[in-house]
Amino acid sequence: MAIEVRIPTILRSYTGGAKVVEGSGDTLNDLLTDLDSRHSGLRGRLVTEAGALHRFVNVYVNDEDVRFLGALDAKLNDGDSVTILPAVAGGAFGFAAAAAMAQHVGAAPAERRARVTAS
Amino acid sequence: MTRYDSLLDACGGTPLVGLPRLSPTVPEGAPPVRLWAKLEDRNPTGSVKDRAALFMVRAAEAAGRLRPGDTILEPTSGNTGISLAMVAKLRGYRLVCVMPENVSTERVQLLRMYGAEIIFSPAAGGSNQAVATAKQIATEHPDWVMLFQYGNEANARAHYETTGPELLHDLPTITHFVAGLGTTGTLMGTGRYLRDKVEGIQIIAAEPRYGELVYGLRNIDEGYVPELYDATVLTRRFSVGTRDAVLRTRQLVEVEGLFVGFSTGAVLHAALAVAHEAARAGRRADVAFVVSDGGWKYLSTGAYGGTLADAEEALDGQLWA
Repeated sequence: MAIEVRIPTILRSYTGGAKVVEGSGDTLNDLLTDLDSRHSGLRGRLVTEAGALHRFVNVYVNDEDVRFLGALDAKLNDGDSVTILPAVAGGAFGFAAAAAMAQHVGAAPAERRARVTAS
Repeated sequence: MTRYDSLLDACGGTPLVGLPRLSPTVPEGAPPVRLWAKLEDRNPTGSVKDRAALFMVRAAEAAGRLRPGDTILEPTSGNTGISLAMVAKLRGYRLVCVMPENVSTERVQLLRMYGAEIIFSPAAGGSNQAVATAKQIATEHPDWVMLFQYGNEANARAHYETTGPELLHDLPTITHFVAGLGTTGTLMGTGRYLRDKVEGIQIIAAEPRYGELVYGLRNIDEGYVPELYDATVLTRRFSVGTRDAVLRTRQLVEVEGLFVGFSTGAVLHAALAVAHEAARAGRRADVAFVVSDGGWKYLSTGAYGGTLADAEEALDGQLWA
């Protein structure tokens, strides 16, 4: 038994082009370490130097976001399905255009963000 | 209240309807588990986005950012554009929408009907093309006002001030709130309100998982998380694939007679998951979820008929939520 891991297009350079790879581990952290032993560099794209999940990476265990299941400490079981996806809330166009606009309008989104945090 | 002075005043106040046939059956004597649908398709232009559009325009007017005759520019793949087009028409603004080519034809027709101008971004160019298009337009027209739904606090506030109170009024025993995650406005606003008022409330996000074509990034660092998003408002977050979204969309119309868009199918998928968990654990649950729009705008996809595999293929590469 193993854990099936779905790899997004942009990370397949680390898996020799494979869409799905298998690994094992009791936690997500263990699984990523195990995967990195065969797909060197993959872990470094998903986990920051500070040891947290990359801001623009979403990982799902059986379709549920691991950030709400303990993040890298999320428990895994044989037969689980893990999906890795880039963060693109709002659809691909939405995020891309919004990111571009955010840069263009400069400080405005940051001001709004500050107000949202304060409320 | 059923009489309003104008269409804008008729925004919100949508019905909450029970789904007795889709709710999990529990053993006799066990606490009830009930599903409830908040029918946001009953808003003036037929989607939940009317609330955000109205609040964002009013906030910009109050702040002096928007004056009669101004042009509003918004990147949108559909519903927000349609809502803004209606509000802009009634409040005296011009609306320019930037949208990808791969959205349904009904959305384009609706936008034009409401008087919006559309600038298409080539679908084939992926996100990089969209970035280039958006940057170019904003540079060429520095006087155009962008409400920026992904970072506009009035988007979330619309739900804090209206959707949340409506839900609590209609369902004081609510235990779970489930909605789609896009700009995150609905979940952030409603979620914060319910967290303030209901102890132990669960706020659950259902996020569409598109076909690979849609994730046209060159690398992870090109990702985007909306400025409005605050993960601490949520208790759980599900990723729902096209197949499950289509399955649930069809189930909703077959079993309960509710004809909805595919993003609502994704939301129902998550709502059913938590409802069945509660039923298995013998816990009482009142699970309310958002019907963000009706199915009318998606008929041309062909995904309401044929096999699930056909439907999945029909929606591949499309922004169905």
